[in-house]
Amino acid sequence: MKSEARAAALFLTPAMVVLLVFFFVPVIAGFALSVTDFDLYSIGDIHNLRFVALRNYAAVVRNDVFWTAFFNTLYFSIVGGPLTVAASLAAALLVNAKVARWKGIFRTIYFAPVVTTLVAVAIVFRFLYHPRFGVINRMLDAVGLAQVDWLGDPRFAMPAIVLFAVWKNFGYNMIIFIAGLQNIPEELYEAARIDGAGPWRQFRHITLPMLGPTFLFVGVVTAIGYLQLFAEPYVMTRGGPVNKTLSAVMLMYQQGFKWWRMGYAAAIAFLLFLVIGAATMLQMRLQERRR
Amino acid sequence: MKRESLIVHTLLILGSVLALFPLFWMLSASFMTRGESTTFPPHLIPHIPTLDQYRELFVRLKIGRAFFSSTVISVVTTLFSLLFNSMAGYAFAKLRFGGRERMFGWLLTALIIPAQVGMLPLFLMMKALHLVNTYWGVIIPSLASVFGIFLIRQFMLSIPQELLEAARIDGAGELRIYWSVVMPLARPILATLAIFTFMTTWNDFMWPLIILSSDARYTLPVSIASLSAEHAVDVELMMAGSVVTVLPVLLLFLFLQRYYIAGLMVGSVKG
Repeated sequence: MKSEARAAALFLTPAMVVLLVFFFVPVIAGFALSVTDFDLYSIGDIHNLRFVALRNYAAVVRNDVFWTAFFNTLYFSIVGGPLTVAASLAAALLVNAKVARWKGIFRTIYFAPVVTTLVAVAIVFRFLYHPRFGVINRMLDAVGLAQVDWLGDPRFAMPAIVLFAVWKNFGYNMIIFIAGLQNIPEELYEAARIDGAGPWRQFRHITLPMLGPTFLFVGVVTAIGYLQLFAEPYVMTRGGPVNKTLSAVMLMYQQGFKWWRMGYAAAIAFLLFLVIGAATMLQMRLQERRR
Repeated sequence: MKRESLIVHTLLILGSVLALFPLFWMLSASFMTRGESTTFPPHLIPHIPTLDQYRELFVRLKIGRAFFSSTVISVVTTLFSLLFNSMAGYAFAKLRFGGRERMFGWLLTALIIPAQVGMLPLFLMMKALHLVNTYWGVIIPSLASVFGIFLIRQFMLSIPQELLEAARIDGAGELRIYWSVVMPLARPILATLAIFTFMTTWNDFMWPLIILSSDARYTLPVSIASLSAEHAVDVELMMAGSVVTVLPVLLLFLFLQRYYIAGLMVGSVKG
């Protein structure tokens, strides 16, 4: 067995070195960075670096722009997350319906947006949302509805990004819901039909409860992804109008890589990490309670 | 039953139109002459299809360089990640050593740590290693991934232990068992991991944006994001740029989706 352990060490080394040096060490260093005043002067000469304890965190939570970015990110996740999951479930139910034909084709079509490059399709949607030339407003106009300055109006910019994110991501969860639906034993539905339960009650009392673990997985993955919102506002709105689409990661990027206030930016990154951890735990708790 | 079928298929087709329309419009507008997509009444398909936008992109804006960068970075990352992750996944699945389960469980916690937390120190590290604005600076952090190791391990758990023991009795060394016995059996999951890694790397935006500083080395997403800031009004040109960026991964998915979807399933089992 000793030779096996030796072989294991050999096989593990390359991947473990990469993960340790380029993932775990930076994460820990990120925390260390957040309690220093690392900035442009420290990049020039490391002797300018000072330990500042929790002063970066204090500065972050006193900054109104941080809270704007924080609540924008929460808004995007709390509205966008459930909308995406609902669209995914609806698509999965349709594709998986007994009467549905060409299931494979529809599944591929719905999944196509997921594999597209986020930046590229964000640029496409920027033009679809254009107030004068955009296809969306022209359709609204054609049916006699008021036109909307989607990305320029502070009230509509974030909802527009949410709709884009739903379009981009619903196919991913759909695949996982389809697998979950196929794991539900058919006998459960037969028994329910014999008891006289209609489609809605079957959905409410069999499908939804049986999909519990799937909901947890989909919810956690979507929440983690959505709390890291960055490329969509970066490409579509630059965080505007009036910071209405500025996200936490975008603020971190600006502070860290544009103004080189890296200690401050690291504090933002860690607060985001805490929120993501809390969101994950919360969903697991809710799931346990439902059982 | 007839009516249910009608409703289901109407909704399915409506959903398909919503899912595909933005991609259709992107493709269509990329073949239009400058300004055609913004005329009244709107053109949904080009009157006279033209390659002008693509010519402008490749000849004047040299998007070919970004295509080259994206290709090199994605291919090299994919090859290394196949090697490193398969080795580690194999060790976790099939080799017995002390602390194996604990180490693996500890590794999985990394899945909930957002990459941004480490990005600031990682940048400073790359700067110290003189890897800022190089392809290696983009590639190195992705040489191995927790998800990749997990994917490989789950697959390799199902390889019968007797097979490995038999090879050992025949006198095969550990490296040889890995390369000649295990790797050929793992081909489907290697295909899955290859597509996943290639697509993730190709589509990645934030890290290349941070680490690459000259447009001669930009990847496609970074390049078109930067172009779209300068050419905000050139709709048709930007659509051609989007097509060039999206088409390779979309085609890859269409041809190899069987493997891609298999990977999604393994990923979701842990939920």
